[in-house]
Amino acid sequence: MQPETSPAPMSSIAAPAFSTSRFRAEREADWIAFDFLLTRLEKKGAAALTSDELLQLPLLYRATLSSLSIARATSLDKALLDHLEALSIRGYFLVYGVRETRLSRIRRFFLYDWPAAVRSVWKETIVIALIIILGALTSWSLVAHQPEWYFNFVPEEMAGGRDPRASVEFLQSTLGHGKAAAVDQESGLHVFATYLFTHNSQVSILSFALGFAFGVPTMMLEYYQGIGLGAMLAVFTNKGLGFDFGGWLFIHGTTELFAAALSGAAGLRIGTAVVFPGARGRLEAASHAGRTAGKVMVGVILMLLVAGLLEGFGRQLITDTLLRYGIGTLMLLFWLAYYYVPRREDVT
Amino acid sequence: MTAATNARLRSAKAKKIREFITPEGVDLELKIASSGLRLGALIVDLTLISLLLFAFLLLMAWIGFASRSDLAEVVWMLGAFVLRTFWFIGFELGQRAATPGKRLMGIRVVARDGGRLTADAVVARNLIRELELFLPLMMIGNGMSEDAVSGWTVLAGVLWSLTLSLFLLFNRDRMRMGDLIAGTWVVMAQRVKLDADIATGGDPAGAMQFSEAELSVYGIFELQELERVLRGRDARAMREVADTIRGKIGRPVAEEDDVFLLSYYRQLKARLERKLLFGKRREDKYASD
Repeated sequence: MQPETSPAPMSSIAAPAFSTSRFRAEREADWIAFDFLLTRLEKKGAAALTSDELLQLPLLYRATLSSLSIARATSLDKALLDHLEALSIRGYFLVYGVRETRLSRIRRFFLYDWPAAVRSVWKETIVIALIIILGALTSWSLVAHQPEWYFNFVPEEMAGGRDPRASVEFLQSTLGHGKAAAVDQESGLHVFATYLFTHNSQVSILSFALGFAFGVPTMMLEYYQGIGLGAMLAVFTNKGLGFDFGGWLFIHGTTELFAAALSGAAGLRIGTAVVFPGARGRLEAASHAGRTAGKVMVGVILMLLVAGLLEGFGRQLITDTLLRYGIGTLMLLFWLAYYYVPRREDVT
Repeated sequence: MTAATNARLRSAKAKKIREFITPEGVDLELKIASSGLRLGALIVDLTLISLLLFAFLLLMAWIGFASRSDLAEVVWMLGAFVLRTFWFIGFELGQRAATPGKRLMGIRVVARDGGRLTADAVVARNLIRELELFLPLMMIGNGMSEDAVSGWTVLAGVLWSLTLSLFLLFNRDRMRMGDLIAGTWVVMAQRVKLDADIATGGDPAGAMQFSEAELSVYGIFELQELERVLRGRDARAMREVADTIRGKIGRPVAEEDDVFLLSYYRQLKARLERKLLFGKRREDKYASD
């Protein structure tokens, strides 16, 4: 192999003492070693590396970054520059990205992050809860006085025969067997519970996602939920079944409506952050609100899973109204305590 | 190519680059992923999800049929929900912060402020996706099912929802609605193999020498294009480029194209790099030497 600094008789350019080729030859081993470590880290995680290799990682990362700086200032080799850039970007996100294990992340979410996120949207939760109640009151007062209004609020297929024309006996029977009877006689309770869970989750994801349009669609969706609720309530109270209907609703409703209110609150938080960003920029405020709301939403989906189980199994198996009230109250107390009882924050 | 189009191309490229300074003080110059790549990644992911769902459906139908219980139905419904909702979240929480589609396209999700990509950001950006994907479909579906609604109302609804879905086309940073709310970006994260250094190694037989005047006609842009051609090893492209250079510096066709190009590349690179060390960066042939 000829030396790279071959004499150049015709050209007056002698190769400089600092040559980018020499620079590369000197540093290349580091880049290859770093690439090798990164590949293993990406495939198998930190457990795959020995402690020596883990100690090597930040050194190699810094060596690569410094190579990138030098190469940018001195080299015109596009392939080399691109490689160093890609390697540095990969390295940066691995070296600075991973700080805790999945297990401790999950633990922290349940112990601190989830309740803290819910606590921080308390104002929005109250607003949404009031909106749901307002919706329920609106339709309740209308339907209680003029039962025909009912058909404007609840679509025929949703009602499943539970409308003002139905007899007391029929309404009573729907409370006994629940919606399961109406949906599908054949399929078991667990199918019904699963259906409820996935359906409700999708609705609440929607009500959250609509939040960025200044929160208006979210509030409308929640109002509409309240309207359906109030109309049903009016039908049953008119027939003197209000107490029984309450129990039928209460057993899972405390969890489900709480979750619905929280998903609306999460959406509303984003909407208000966009409208009233405060001292921060609008984008920054939105992304800050979005992260809080994201945590709340994971919690909402988990709550809906519980609600689905209560609705699918609990309500169908437990027919005693008082017991239903008891379970519903217990669940409500549990959620309230979990979210709002103050605790020592040792979030690191 | 004229000086103007060249400059325009370069500024278009520069517009895609975002400053991203590591704690060590090095700017990583992240490049925003184009909307085409994003769409490609989404199509790949949706295809994979549908294929998986279909296989899962067949499996569950078979199990359900064989065991005569409706437990398979529950597993199917839950599985489909989890797959649809958590496919994106699960993959983006991983080390490479990219779904299979994104990996294929060489892009990844990054926190806009340069910090760690947190789980809540990933959850937020992906739950919004639900809305962006399904709202236009829902609007169309609603219009179809309810004849009472006039065509114009449906059209208005679809257009409104499309502005949400296509939000990323209307901003420089190619942020989806979900990116905006989660505070994330999608940037290029290709792996680039380290190619051999073509500036070193033995000189080819019959290596040529060029004079200062012959080397001073080109700048960095042309040098890197030449590098691309040399690495491509396409004989026709090399012939074309070699002829162009020969015409420009007024040399007769006397030697093999690859020998000519490699010698020219090495000497041009040495010259430009030496200038670079002295603080002179000549971007292209239109810049002053």
